[in-house]
Amino acid sequence: MAGFDFLGSLPAIVPEVGLTILAIVILFLDVYLPTERRRNIAWVTVLGLLLLAATPLVWAPPADPASQLVWGGMVRHDTLAQIFRVMILLGAALTALMSIDTKAHGRQGEFYLILVVATLGACLVSAAADLVMVFLGLETLSIPLYILAAFRRDDLRSAESGMKYFLFGAFASALMLFGLSILYGFSGQTSIYALAEVLPAASGEAVLPVLAALTLVVVGFGFKIGAAPFHFWTPDMYEGAPTPVTAFVSVASKAASFALLVRFLIAVFPQSLVVGGHEIQAFWVSLAALMAVISMTLGNVLALSQRNIKRLLAYSSIAQAGYALIGVAAIQSQTEQGVASVGFYLFMYTFTNLLAFAVVVFFSEATGSETIADLAGLNRRSPWLALMMTIALLSLGGIPPTAGFFGKFFLFNAAVQADLTWLAIVGVLNAIVALYYYLIVIKVMYVDRSADEDQPIALSRASGWALALPGLVVLLLGTVAAQPVFEWAVQGALALFQA
Amino acid sequence: MIPLWMYLLVAALLFCIGIYGVLARRNAVAILMSVELMLNAVNINLVAFWRYLAPQDMSGQAFAAFVFVIAAAEAAVGLAILLFVYRTKRSVIVEDVNLLRW
Repeated sequence: MAGFDFLGSLPAIVPEVGLTILAIVILFLDVYLPTERRRNIAWVTVLGLLLLAATPLVWAPPADPASQLVWGGMVRHDTLAQIFRVMILLGAALTALMSIDTKAHGRQGEFYLILVVATLGACLVSAAADLVMVFLGLETLSIPLYILAAFRRDDLRSAESGMKYFLFGAFASALMLFGLSILYGFSGQTSIYALAEVLPAASGEAVLPVLAALTLVVVGFGFKIGAAPFHFWTPDMYEGAPTPVTAFVSVASKAASFALLVRFLIAVFPQSLVVGGHEIQAFWVSLAALMAVISMTLGNVLALSQRNIKRLLAYSSIAQAGYALIGVAAIQSQTEQGVASVGFYLFMYTFTNLLAFAVVVFFSEATGSETIADLAGLNRRSPWLALMMTIALLSLGGIPPTAGFFGKFFLFNAAVQADLTWLAIVGVLNAIVALYYYLIVIKVMYVDRSADEDQPIALSRASGWALALPGLVVLLLGTVAAQPVFEWAVQGALALFQA
Repeated sequence: MIPLWMYLLVAALLFCIGIYGVLARRNAVAILMSVELMLNAVNINLVAFWRYLAPQDMSGQAFAAFVFVIAAAEAAVGLAILLFVYRTKRSVIVEDVNLLRW
């Protein structure tokens, strides 16, 4: 191993170090602050996370690919990690912001503590370059989320949500881990960048064990990103968990797992990898395409009949995972286009979904209801909430001038360029189905009348920020910011191919 | 010396028993135990591979150590959640816990 350069390696983990410090600060504040001033803990969390979201930009990755692998090859400090860290940290900050005024856990320090630790795990996952780090990062992300899902002591559904999430999550981790152990067995090495070189020789040209390991790992990731047919936990967990937690799981956990998925597939099973005369890449591309088709179709069809808005967004998120998997499948030839479209899609999806869930949080805090029918007349009760929900739903549906339009455009474009036109067509058809149920919610908010119309919903200042910030980003990404962010994502994608 | 494939066979069997347990058992604690079996299979794999393939490099050992540390953390959190469910529902049979349906 080359000489260990401590100061040179430190910039790669600035967000993680910062998050650890933030967690300790929150712990102390929770002990020392009197109950009536506990609200400050939330503000400290929000400001700390926003500040940390800037650190990946300040300590930019080194231009030389050879010096990007740091800390004994545990993390890779490249542009892809940078993009995903920024989106995860911003997502966590917005989650904390929308939690401030919730009655159940807005003033509980440990809620923010666990949120920060989960964010730490997500940041590690997006940069992981070693099998040990992959596993450790995913568990640092998942274990706090199990706790958060079961966080509401007063709500039976929360306990059930936590239990289901935990059982499925632990099972998925074990499956993936077995795959990782087989991969370790091929080479005796744990670095994912060293694996691809030794894999053909080490596996003795036997293709079956390689495919078994690949399948186990992809199944594990399928659980984490909530893609069908591994989506069973998603609707129950989304409905039962406290809504800010649902928002966080739907964006940060998904984004980090997608970052790892593309990094892992490209590093360990690159295009050049041929074992026993079989191209391994063709196998995982068809696996991703298959999962994309099932996720999109199943998610959208089941979403049609939902009455609970959180459940609707859960099925919609399964479908969204399916769209993003189109980009993963498109890696087969137009390599950097595929990864870049996944990166951009998740970037815009983070803010869009947080916006939608923020509206659900404030609506259910004010009214205690989560059903779509109760959204009737929302426009007259709170025009801001209705407008923000409309922007979020249009973006999820892919309508300009919102970010979702460019997100889908880049994905389908990458698919067409990779000779997967049929996949793009399935995606477009699904987007039309999805638009139907998104528009129904908009119709309920603006057209339907209800008996409660004369009771306006008041928004606090924190709530206003939690709506305005993601709303603004969604509109910017749909107009002027789309080009620069996509180019940034292309940079991130290119970084993956420079071994 | 015992050949490597014997260890791998034991690990694979243990893993399959674990999967069967997760899919077939209805008690959440039993499911948790089955997951632990699967993790033990992983550990046997890792340590056997380490011993036979790369005994000079400690990474396999380190990986196995991390696996059981994480498994302990996961079991602690999982049992706490199950205890919470048991207190409210008086049952940890997964079919009895069914408020969330479409």
